Amino acid sequence: MNKPAREQMNIVVIGHVDHGKSTVIGRLMADTQSLPEGKLEQVKARCARDARPFEYAFLLDALKDEQAQGITIDSARCFFRSAKREYIIIDAPGHIEFLRNMISGAARAEAALLIIDAKEGVQENSRRHGYLLSMLGIRQVAVCINKMDLADYSQDVFESIRDEYRAFLQQIGVEALDFIPLSAREGDNIVANSERMPWYTGPTTLDIVDSFTKEQDTIEKPFRFPVQDIYKFTESGDDRRIVAGRIETGSINVGDEVVFLPSEKRSQIASIEGFNVPVQTRAFAGQSTGFTLTEQVYINPGELMCKTSDAPAQTGTHLAVNIFWMNRQPMIYNKKYKIKLAGARMPVWLREVVNVLDASELTTNSNRQQIERHDVAECVLETLKPIAFDLSTEIAQTGRFVIIDNYEIAGGGVVLKAVESATNRVTERVQQREQRWQRSTITPDVRSTRYNQRSTLVLICGPVHTGKENLAKALEEDLFQSGRYVYYLGLSNSSLSMDVAESGQRDEYIRRLGEVSHLFTDAGLILIATISDLDDYELETINTLNQPSDFRIINVGPNRFGRANVDLQLDELNDIPAAVGQIKKLLTTQRYLIEYYL
Amino acid sequence: MDQLETLESQSIFILREAYRSFKNLVMLWSIGKDSTVLLWLARKAFFGHAPIPLMHIDTSYKIPEMIEYRDRFAREWKLNLIVGQNVEALKAKQTFPDGNATRLQCCGRLKSEALKHTLSGEWPRKVLNHETGQYDVVEGGEPFTGVIVGARADEEGSRSKERYFSPRDQHSEWDVGEQPPELWNQFKTDFAPGTHVRIHPLLDWTELNIWEYIERENIPIIGLYFDRGEGTRYRSLGCFPCTSPVESTAKNVSEIVEELRSGKFSNIAERSGRAQDKEDFSGLETLRRDGYM
Repeated sequence: MNKPAREQMNIVVIGHVDHGKSTVIGRLMADTQSLPEGKLEQVKARCARDARPFEYAFLLDALKDEQAQGITIDSARCFFRSAKREYIIIDAPGHIEFLRNMISGAARAEAALLIIDAKEGVQENSRRHGYLLSMLGIRQVAVCINKMDLADYSQDVFESIRDEYRAFLQQIGVEALDFIPLSAREGDNIVANSERMPWYTGPTTLDIVDSFTKEQDTIEKPFRFPVQDIYKFTESGDDRRIVAGRIETGSINVGDEVVFLPSEKRSQIASIEGFNVPVQTRAFAGQSTGFTLTEQVYINPGELMCKTSDAPAQTGTHLAVNIFWMNRQPMIYNKKYKIKLAGARMPVWLREVVNVLDASELTTNSNRQQIERHDVAECVLETLKPIAFDLSTEIAQTGRFVIIDNYEIAGGGVVLKAVESATNRVTERVQQREQRWQRSTITPDVRSTRYNQRSTLVLICGPVHTGKENLAKALEEDLFQSGRYVYYLGLSNSSLSMDVAESGQRDEYIRRLGEVSHLFTDAGLILIATISDLDDYELETINTLNQPSDFRIINVGPNRFGRANVDLQLDELNDIPAAVGQIKKLLTTQRYLIEYYL
Repeated sequence: MDQLETLESQSIFILREAYRSFKNLVMLWSIGKDSTVLLWLARKAFFGHAPIPLMHIDTSYKIPEMIEYRDRFAREWKLNLIVGQNVEALKAKQTFPDGNATRLQCCGRLKSEALKHTLSGEWPRKVLNHETGQYDVVEGGEPFTGVIVGARADEEGSRSKERYFSPRDQHSEWDVGEQPPELWNQFKTDFAPGTHVRIHPLLDWTELNIWEYIERENIPIIGLYFDRGEGTRYRSLGCFPCTSPVESTAKNVSEIVEELRSGKFSNIAERSGRAQDKEDFSGLETLRRDGYM
């Protein structure tokens, strides 16, 4: 016999240190009979043995460290059920040292209870946590004014704290669902209204928790599917090529047309795949699923699949964002970080600090050059390549990101808007180089006439293991023997071509190739280089660095460029001399190899 | 989506993140219900395949039926199965059943030590050869940098503090206070050389959820969990000297679900049959910091 499926909700309990978060949860669990049998007695007996007064918080603070210090170090999960549904309650630490743990806890939640001590009133972290909640995208907040027993259950005390905190929340655009006076230790207004506060007739804590609602509109929003991976289990006799991930928002049907961003490649949904499930024709927000496509397109994990009939996500390299920083080392200019946004992972740089906010005092400082620990900053980031995203106010799931610094998640943030920028890191670098460069009196034309050739970069591209290097060497030898000034740059990139999107060194290799190529072409030579899995943006970088000279693309194997124009496509390399002949013909017709007919 | 669908989707997402991020990934399989559900979720995540190798730490004191079950499904589902064991400690009889160790010391040697050195590749691994049906001994294997574990937050206090992706240092130690932040399903997938990451796809599941899911998916589960006429069954599986069956007449999955939902076990902790937890109030936490699963 199956019961009707129940709903689950994640709730975080936050507030300043020692305002009684763990006690509220412990009491809520005890008063709803959600504790394992004997747990309460066990903890009480242990307190008696150690000659300390029992506290409900001990139920949660199960770790030794925490009981010694009497504060929550990490966010703990507790399971609890009401008549209405199942809950995971997250107990987030209130101490500033453990802010990142509070954030980890809160980021999992759909709603929050914010606890304020009636005796201490609104404190630094009451405000900071309130601000971070709004930034984390948690819209449902109820405020519990706790320890009313220490304030003589005074209505005046309650109302003055309520008014002060409500004014703060208004400044950051948050409206609390309710303010509840309670004493978690004494059990007032936890699951039943308290006789000691007859002046309060509003909901109890349990009422409020049950009144939080699930986000309903994710299915109605535009379709967003961050590509987590592309699977093909050929060795197990499975020929399906499955695009796997989780649908963040919207829904999709078999037959719908899709576009991958930022590559802009298009295809159509052929099937929705699953294991031990009936055949499906529709998939929707929240599902971890997979699709096969009618037309096979080459895409990388990290792209964002959208439905062509829905509003597309934006793409760009410059993002105006709000960031909160958690690392001891500040976030600084000219340092390479990594951004993880939906499925994308990519190098990123801090380009501009617009202003820094003290999230507790709500004061801003626009003269800062770096972002310190616990700062909230509005700033501009530049990604290595275009990235697909939404504004966090429109689609939160694809409008937020984390920043990795030295293997650690160091900051988190939300996208405010895309920024049009005339310059980027590469063009700035070229400008600086050109300013310092002392050009010689020998012009490119003079060199071209002497060498009987126009300089260029011949890029032999394509997937790994297609024999590109052999072709490059043969081409060099042929051109050299026929009197041309040519050089094959035999700098292997094979060790860097694994994990294209994630390798920390790939972008540096591309930059060096661009710079080296600029030297050779400036000297009037024809430079031949091979590179695996080159994409449109990397080509753009090489081109910018190699200016004013140009490049020609020879592609071996499947052509995976989206926009770049391939000058010569070779499907396979069976006959190298013939391929060399084709390249020479191309270079001759395009007047790189100049022939004089007297 | 209902609760089970939500939990399933999140676990699949976590498994795929792990598979995308770690080259040397392994999943621990204790043969129990949790890690068998985990294995099932992996087959869900990878569309019927099990591309992540499984590792079983065999203390040699496992209930014999567990080994039979393990080998049967490893063959049937074509699993890449690795078995590790603390051969030295067993040879020297440094165990609790031999009377030469406390229960906790025994767990430390036969489980934590065996796990640590089998993961690192220092100790030989037994690998199931599907052609011969036998185990080959492989020495000098590569260290695993990502280890998927079926721990649940509701099991006991220290597990409720875990992250989905939780770093361990060279000594497999867990620093509870200095855990990385985990935001919006962005996990710690970057790690320094010499460290590894424990991955917990089942963190949000309760014991009841596990059984409800087994029922919904019809997952073949080992018979030790059911009463087979004696009026007892195992609620949690471990080594036979330290795990005792509980009194229960639940004969199938739906009877277990009912028993947990509203019956005699609806508010009794799952590990109440595990003797090592009772030696020291914080026993399990001490073991966990030291690398225990």
